[in-house]
Amino acid sequence: MQKLVVIGAGMASGRVLEHLFEADPDAYEVTLFNAEPRGNYNRIMLSPVLSGEKSYGEIVTHDDTWYGRNDVTCRFGEKVVAVDRARKVVIGENGEVPYDKLVFGTGSSAFIIPCPGHDLPGVVAFRDLEDTSAMTEASARPGAKAVVIGGGLLGLEAAAALRLRGMEVTVLHLMGHLMERQLDEAAGYLLRKDLERRGITVMTQASTKEIRGQGRVEQVVLEDGTVLEADIVVMAVGIRPQVQLAKEAGLAVGRAIQVDAQMRTSDPDVFAVGECVEFEGHLFGLVAPLYDQAKVLAKTLLDEEETFAVKELSTKLKVTGCDLFSAGDFAEGDSREDIVFRDPARGVYKRLVLEDDRLVGAVMYGDTADGNWFFSLIKDGTDVSGMRDTLIFGPAYQGGASADPLSAVAALPDDAEICGCNGVCKGTIVAAIEGGAGDLPSLRAKTKASASCGTCTGLVEQLLAVTLGDGYAAPAAQPVCGCCDLTHEEVRRLIRAKELKSQPAVWQELGWKTVNGCHVCRPAVNFYLLADWPLEYRDDPQSRFVNERNHANIQKDGTYSVMPRMWGGMTDANELRAIADAAEKYGAAVKVTGGQRIDLLGIRKEDLPAIWSDLNDAGMVSGHAYSKGLRTVKTCVGSDWCRFGTQDSTGLGIRLEKRLWGSWTPHKVKLGVSGCPRNCAEATCKDIGIVCVDSGYQIGVGGAAGMDVKEVERLAEAATEAEAIDLVVAFVQLYRENAKYLDRPYRWIAKVGLDWVKAQVLDPEVRAGLIARFDISQSVYQHDPWADHVQTRRAAYAPLADLSLEAAE
Amino acid sequence: MSWIDIGALEDVPLRGTRLVKTKLGCIGLFRTGEAEVFAASNTCPHKGGPLNEGIVHGRRVTCPLHNMVFDLETGAAQGADEGRIETFPVRIEAGRILLDVTALARSAA
Repeated sequence: MQKLVVIGAGMASGRVLEHLFEADPDAYEVTLFNAEPRGNYNRIMLSPVLSGEKSYGEIVTHDDTWYGRNDVTCRFGEKVVAVDRARKVVIGENGEVPYDKLVFGTGSSAFIIPCPGHDLPGVVAFRDLEDTSAMTEASARPGAKAVVIGGGLLGLEAAAALRLRGMEVTVLHLMGHLMERQLDEAAGYLLRKDLERRGITVMTQASTKEIRGQGRVEQVVLEDGTVLEADIVVMAVGIRPQVQLAKEAGLAVGRAIQVDAQMRTSDPDVFAVGECVEFEGHLFGLVAPLYDQAKVLAKTLLDEEETFAVKELSTKLKVTGCDLFSAGDFAEGDSREDIVFRDPARGVYKRLVLEDDRLVGAVMYGDTADGNWFFSLIKDGTDVSGMRDTLIFGPAYQGGASADPLSAVAALPDDAEICGCNGVCKGTIVAAIEGGAGDLPSLRAKTKASASCGTCTGLVEQLLAVTLGDGYAAPAAQPVCGCCDLTHEEVRRLIRAKELKSQPAVWQELGWKTVNGCHVCRPAVNFYLLADWPLEYRDDPQSRFVNERNHANIQKDGTYSVMPRMWGGMTDANELRAIADAAEKYGAAVKVTGGQRIDLLGIRKEDLPAIWSDLNDAGMVSGHAYSKGLRTVKTCVGSDWCRFGTQDSTGLGIRLEKRLWGSWTPHKVKLGVSGCPRNCAEATCKDIGIVCVDSGYQIGVGGAAGMDVKEVERLAEAATEAEAIDLVVAFVQLYRENAKYLDRPYRWIAKVGLDWVKAQVLDPEVRAGLIARFDISQSVYQHDPWADHVQTRRAAYAPLADLSLEAAE
Repeated sequence: MSWIDIGALEDVPLRGTRLVKTKLGCIGLFRTGEAEVFAASNTCPHKGGPLNEGIVHGRRVTCPLHNMVFDLETGAAQGADEGRIETFPVRIEAGRILLDVTALARSAA
């Protein structure tokens, strides 16, 4: 087997490997170097990760299983020091690897304006996960400000995502209008208006003079003297191919590594692919040509003929609600004519540029449904003189066809490109559908259409609808419920970004279709509001399920169960006596629970205030056995009694319970603290479980022992009890601020990734913020609801009227 | 018609409920608006859930046990579920809630 070494695990090199293994899994033994400590992920989806619409896990394109299955030797987190072409070896930090064929996929790095202060902490690019995490972190501080330098595709996606995270965002752009390479002025204006409507400040013709700060970025100063406050500065002004290694290896390098149409460099056994490549004077930044290159290189490596050619490109912006499309060339010229359509009220603008009866450019804003049709006219060089009068209205108006929304897709020729990222045309997709791929996931698996950036998902779904007719049921975009079109994550984000602090504000601003929600959305919205605005919003009992409203668990016969707190599972004679008395007085069945407490079952609603009052008198409070909040902290007897106990697990359990009780969370939270690794408190299947060891405390999170059974994953180790408590409190607050209502911690962690959770909780500054916000919330919500209801709401537990003694006439 | 004063409007919280006991079983009072109250049988025909413990939304209530939703104007179960709860005439006068007990007698007959 020949040895193939690939330097750089980016989108292009990942795609090369995919094609290679698909065509001939046994052709090469592959070693993959990556300076980033991880494998291939979909870099163009970092914007949705930044905005929180996707998690890192969702954008990973190749995971460990994939590398394992294909026998790829992964050397991630290791930089390549040099390439010795004479000996045919790649020299990594940890040793040499010989190659028969070598592929450079070193990509590009962000261009950083070399102004004073550009190297201050807090100045980031928007290239990789580290940048994304830095931005997310900065956005966690309330009122944080971001300055984005560069109003191109990347800069605007970053700006929109940071704004969605609630930051105050200013975009600085050197040119007269945004995205000047893709948009003309009119479309640039509409885009600017849309962004400003979302609360993003846009400054054009703004030249950065200097970045200031004491040890960290604080201000951005412009040439005209304007000073902007900034907690983070994002540089998105352009990219620079990474060619240093290739240059040092003696390969032909111009602006980037020079290759021929087979992706071969000046050395016949060395190839290059992606953003580090220069071909016929062109550099490449968008994903579509990179994928084309990958296809060509895979064939070349298998000694098959294939030629790379530069194609026309189209652009879409991945900012929800900013609909723009541009393709081709739209500079003005003597021989060029424009067709323009405007609808100011709807914010629609379309411009077509014609030359010699052929379409050469198209810019659209507000309504981009026909973009792909225009793009195929440009690529094919179709003579449009016959349809010139109605051309701008799109394919639906050609040949008198009806204005059915699907007709535009139906009218596309088979070779029209639907998925620009992966170069998939309509014919391929239709053939796959007819071959049995009847839904989006299987179609993506088979053709890769809409599997990268996803902006063509709508078109692909329309093709499914056109091809399958009534046989296709569009997947519901999982909104919270029928009352709105938004997902839980969107609702949470918008509540923060738009500062919505009441239920009516949410219903109005987020377009609720019902008067005041329903039993599905109201409890969720109520929780989101109280979690984000503990001081401004008041919990609404009418948006709570019965158990949380009545502070007891309703049973199948309409009676309730009452369970007082037993801190850390400890009780005493006095409490037990009061429980026994209450059981007798109210006719309760008595059950010892798995959470180390005692449950009194069969209490009538009318009796609830009375039994609470009796238990309060003995010093007991609600155990919240009914709430989406802290339930129990199960403990073992620890070093107090046990000959194996390493720490005071009971005491830690009690202190944790006293700190956390009363807080509302997205779903219930159960804790366990075991005094030694024998783990008698079964801490390793709790939402948060601590196992004490001689050297301190092992803190695990995301366990489950219900519908799913799952062992906790290690969040951190703490040396002291105070540190352990801090980490737990910060974790709970992070969960409260970010999880979807009714997601237990393990489900939430599966979505956002344990790495992200760790990064937040382990950062001292972020942790301090989380703890401070938790304590603010506890100042409002940590009180005994039983005592409160006994005093203020006792009457509400009795019937309003009793007519059973009156004669019914 | 025979209206009986059963309590003050303000004793029923907005989008909240209260219970009225009668010889013929419990009646739920559902306050759907500032000055709008409905009265209906409190027992869900599905598994007997107490509807006064449900969440009130629009002019509907969701049973707390298994999420069956009832229209309080007609008593009809919503969506795919079948079933009906009896509704009773109720009105508000000078901040007091009045229930028509003739309807109760009739339903007994």
